Amino acid sequence: MSAHERISAAIRAANARGDPALVAYLTAGFPGRERFQTDLRRIAGAADVVEIGVPFTDPMADGVTIQRSSRAALEQGVSLRWILTELDAIRPRLATPLLLMSYLNPLLAFGIDSLASAAERAGVTGFIVPDLPFDEGDAVHSALTARGLALVQMVTPVTSEERLARICARGQGFLYAVTVTGTTGRNTGMPTDVTGYLDTVRRHATVPVCAGFGIRGREQLTQLRGHVDGVVIGSALVELLEQGGDPAEWLRSLRSAPRP
Amino acid sequence: MSTNSDALQALIAGRFPDTRGRFGPFGGRYVPETLIPALERLAEGVRTHLHDTEFRQALGSELATWVGRPTALTYAGRLSAEWGAHIWLKREDLAHTGAHKINNALGQALLAQRLGARRIVAETGAGQHGVATAAACARLGLPCTVYMGAIDMERQSPNVGRMRLLGAQVVPVTSGDLTLRAAIDEALREWVSDPLGTYYLLGSAVGPHPYPYLVRELQAIIGREARAQFQEAAARLPDAVIACVGGGSNAIGMFHAFVPDRGVEIIGIEAGGRGAMLGGNAATLSFGRPGVLHGSYSMLLQDADGQIQETHSVSAGLDYPGVGPEHALLAQSGRVRYETAGDEESLAAVRALCELEGILPALESAHALAGARRWARAHAGGTVVVCLSGRGDKDMPTFQQTLLAERP
Repeated sequence: MSAHERISAAIRAANARGDPALVAYLTAGFPGRERFQTDLRRIAGAADVVEIGVPFTDPMADGVTIQRSSRAALEQGVSLRWILTELDAIRPRLATPLLLMSYLNPLLAFGIDSLASAAERAGVTGFIVPDLPFDEGDAVHSALTARGLALVQMVTPVTSEERLARICARGQGFLYAVTVTGTTGRNTGMPTDVTGYLDTVRRHATVPVCAGFGIRGREQLTQLRGHVDGVVIGSALVELLEQGGDPAEWLRSLRSAPRP
Repeated sequence: MSTNSDALQALIAGRFPDTRGRFGPFGGRYVPETLIPALERLAEGVRTHLHDTEFRQALGSELATWVGRPTALTYAGRLSAEWGAHIWLKREDLAHTGAHKINNALGQALLAQRLGARRIVAETGAGQHGVATAAACARLGLPCTVYMGAIDMERQSPNVGRMRLLGAQVVPVTSGDLTLRAAIDEALREWVSDPLGTYYLLGSAVGPHPYPYLVRELQAIIGREARAQFQEAAARLPDAVIACVGGGSNAIGMFHAFVPDRGVEIIGIEAGGRGAMLGGNAATLSFGRPGVLHGSYSMLLQDADGQIQETHSVSAGLDYPGVGPEHALLAQSGRVRYETAGDEESLAAVRALCELEGILPALESAHALAGARRWARAHAGGTVVVCLSGRGDKDMPTFQQTLLAERP
């Protein structure tokens, strides 16, 4: 199974247990650089897919929570190179698929070609790049595809259906359906027509569909059940870590059936 | 070298930006998917309206009767005698609201109105773009919100009050580096929240396509006027033109008409700040490497990990780690030479222009003057047109702490 197929398979396995998959986000090295491997293991033990945030100085798609965690991580010297070294040191490899979520510039600075091989070596299965829209993604897409890694595509409620179809044709791992127009972590609830939008996305998608942006707990999960294959939980989890909570326990509380 | 000259030929022939919003390798559209429909709608609006007769007439009439265009081209006789070459000043400081920024703000506000925008958001560094946007929105009856870094609000406080009097809401940005770059981040976030009802009125020739093109087209009036005015006065072209470069909007406006005139030397002056050390300046083309920030691929001040560097300049309007993609191409092709001027020599140029010509320039424009002084020393008897992009009233807090502190 190639790396990007492992992502889809993990999501389908959660669905087979009767739950939407949980895609959990953590900013690498936040709240503490020395805790990264421990935090990652615990979250990976409770989630179906883990999205590891590479901090960036100018996170324009992110709200205040992830801006804060990114800045704190940068202040501790967290970089893409450091993250890959840390991941490479994890033995045995984590069974939960790991994705890196990064703005484009740190990836360009690393070098796109060497990035794909370094990520593969470190056990990464794919990338989410919020400022790389579908139309600009050819070079990154081919470099990652050559190693079997996913470039997860994002769609939004304002994406036209014609464009949605073109984006879905390139979907790998899962399709990231942004549920609200806005930055991450806004505590505004789901728009009322969100299920109709997600149903449209699912009609076009060839890979599982995961909803993200503004998903904070059970309430939204109940609302989205049956309309998505998974949910991405980001800012809510970062806030929990900030407050010293147990992310694994909280993730488990969101499920109806335990993950084996 | 031939590739570079091909790129320049394509630029002169009007083939850039291409259909993908690129100036050679630079430019493009690197934004969250949420903004793509808004950018496509804007690009379509630009195609429909920008060169349409009705729009040109409405803009032309406002530029003539409200902005006060054409602005003067002034021969700086005493400064020329002091510096050794003939210095001419393109007087954008005389435009309404005190800087070239109004050319772009007015044009985009008229466009936003035609696109049915319910509200305008803008970022500002020195406050000149914020003031221009607030004024244009008041004139057209559009609600306006301006994002401004907390540090800039302090050092350009007169402009904060002006924006508020003009009816704009000014939102302090306390994230990131508290200057122009953080203000752009925040304005982009606000736009992502309401991409179809909000019009983002970007103030420089940066950002995702079509902004670099749109801003250039609206600012190109500077160079067109200056070229015609100089020819009228001297019956030939100048030896050189000089403008300051932060994001690069006054510079691209000044340069555009002169790029095909191969005999005219074109020089852009970036903020040299305190010197060449990392974080000591804002001279992107002099010290940067290619990368992606704020929606386009251009030159950037960044570290080895691709993190954007904090910058320093005495001038808030030049204090930015990126630069417009068209400047990146002009630099790569060699058509424009980019140099730096530091804080001290720019402040000295402010004093010289005040004492010799009775003009208080903006600190941004003073960088172009400092570059002109250097050019004059190397080209005695030559002729140079300097873009005096704005007036310096807004910089009084900085002058109090520098020029006036030295001489009570």
